[in-house]
Amino acid sequence: MSVTIKDVEHVAGLARLALSEEEKERFTEQLNAILKYAEQLNQLDTDGVEPTSHAMPLVNVLREDERRESLPIEKVLLNAPDEEDGQIKVPAVLE
Amino acid sequence: MSLLTLRLQEIHNKLHAKEITVSDLVDESYKRIAAVDGQVRAFLTLDEENARAAARTLDGQASGGTRGLLFGLPIGIKDNIVTEGVTTTCASQFLKNYNPIYDATVVRKLKAAEAVSVGKLNMDEFAMGGSNENSSFHATTNPWNAEYVPGGSSGGSAAAVAAGEVFFSLGSDTGGSIRQPAAYCGIVGMKPTYGLVSRFGLVAFASSLDQIGPLTKNVEDSAYLLQAIAGHDPQDSTSLNTEIPDYVSALTGDVTGLRVAVPKEYLGEGIDPKVKDAVLSALKVLEGLGAVVEEVSLPHSEYAVATYYLLASSEASSNLARFDGVRYGVRAENPKNLIDMYTKSRSEGFGDEVKRRIMLGTYALSSGYYDAYYLKAQKVRTLIKRDFDQVFEKYDVVIGPTAPTPAFKLGSQVDDPLTMYLNDILTIPVNLAGIPAISVPCGFADGLPVGLQIIGKALDESTVLRVAHAFEQNTDFHKQRPSL
Repeated sequence: MSVTIKDVEHVAGLARLALSEEEKERFTEQLNAILKYAEQLNQLDTDGVEPTSHAMPLVNVLREDERRESLPIEKVLLNAPDEEDGQIKVPAVLE
Repeated sequence: MSLLTLRLQEIHNKLHAKEITVSDLVDESYKRIAAVDGQVRAFLTLDEENARAAARTLDGQASGGTRGLLFGLPIGIKDNIVTEGVTTTCASQFLKNYNPIYDATVVRKLKAAEAVSVGKLNMDEFAMGGSNENSSFHATTNPWNAEYVPGGSSGGSAAAVAAGEVFFSLGSDTGGSIRQPAAYCGIVGMKPTYGLVSRFGLVAFASSLDQIGPLTKNVEDSAYLLQAIAGHDPQDSTSLNTEIPDYVSALTGDVTGLRVAVPKEYLGEGIDPKVKDAVLSALKVLEGLGAVVEEVSLPHSEYAVATYYLLASSEASSNLARFDGVRYGVRAENPKNLIDMYTKSRSEGFGDEVKRRIMLGTYALSSGYYDAYYLKAQKVRTLIKRDFDQVFEKYDVVIGPTAPTPAFKLGSQVDDPLTMYLNDILTIPVNLAGIPAISVPCGFADGLPVGLQIIGKALDESTVLRVAHAFEQNTDFHKQRPSL
């Protein structure tokens, strides 16, 4: 498999990244080199091998469904780039 | 001689006898930073006002009761661990103004132990990199030779300890990011078992691999710092609920009859001959102390780097989706619409390496490639973990080099991501398996430090520390300091 500039443009769109022409070319070359290297994994027979998503056993962590104090609004908005009337402001979602 | 070069117990005794104050220690830290950080550039943010105020408060309380051993010690914190009211940037333009509204659990614990944070340490952006050259602010240099990298991504954390700017520091390790810079800078760096130390407040890179750990001048300090930060945290759903042993009492100096496995893959092709010599000499030291050293095989080691980059990048692409310019971070100006705002903010805010890994991860997770890349890598991860499980049925520890070479020159690998990734070939398998490992100084190659890596069973930090301590007690590599 090899990655084309078109693939890179598609993936950049999925990742919400805008790449310059220079970046597109460079990333195409570098992703191809990295994926080619990664293809060595195909030498291994992994039929019947369970995938490991976490090295340590994970269990659901639950707590009682009880009311707790939440953050004060000024703290929530402290880092917001734009705000109005105690709410985070963003460009219009519907045109 | 600087106060910060003393042993922890000695500082404690001096504080207790009122020969010195906490303010003296904090003073010493800032004096050293003023003297050497122009060259080392380990720090991103100094928190001098708060640190001095904390020192004065502690000095005011010092007369009453018995103090913990971390009382008053100046510490540095990697800039991906959030600190309330102190800028946390992850060395990224995206977060250059980010002011956390809470402390990470590890920071809260250190404050409770009355250590004093003097500032935030440089790193590769979002912990992605092996040299600190991916910081979007400035590169850190190796205290042993300013032409060389300090390693990464916790390079600032390692350099600050090696240069004597702080007593110790915290770093994070996803594929070797504590151990590799510790090796390059000639100090001790430990990655605990996954889940032993809370990740609450650590800005996530690859959630199934990331772990916070200590960087210190010696193994004893490492045990003390680990003791302070280990333990269950209900705010981290991956935190292990397990009894925490007394790590300091494990430092007995005795390794008689201990079974040491040396994987032949860890001393094979690609390992610098001087690194290999240093590791073989270290094994002789342990044999001299009564340990039994035998060669083993971890046959899937060679697949670890490929596995890691697929899994870590996939997790990173998902974790970094939260950086969209809505709730925090830098928002791009004059967006056409919401999607344009996300895209512009991310494109302007992220550096080259971060974009590369997001691209790789998004590709590996995308429709049509998920099975071939992501799922395949998860299956190979199982094989790598099984290799360790089998070896640990017969052996107490696995030992090899921490990195294949000593530190490399600044700028020498920056355009070659694949070569850079291969520097982590000896540390990555440990993260994939979730087990603990430490790097301790074991020699020098051309004037640059070499690290010895000691790997243990899950939750067996005590044995890892015991072996590291026994080695350290019988060598003096850890006592050598760079001439800054």
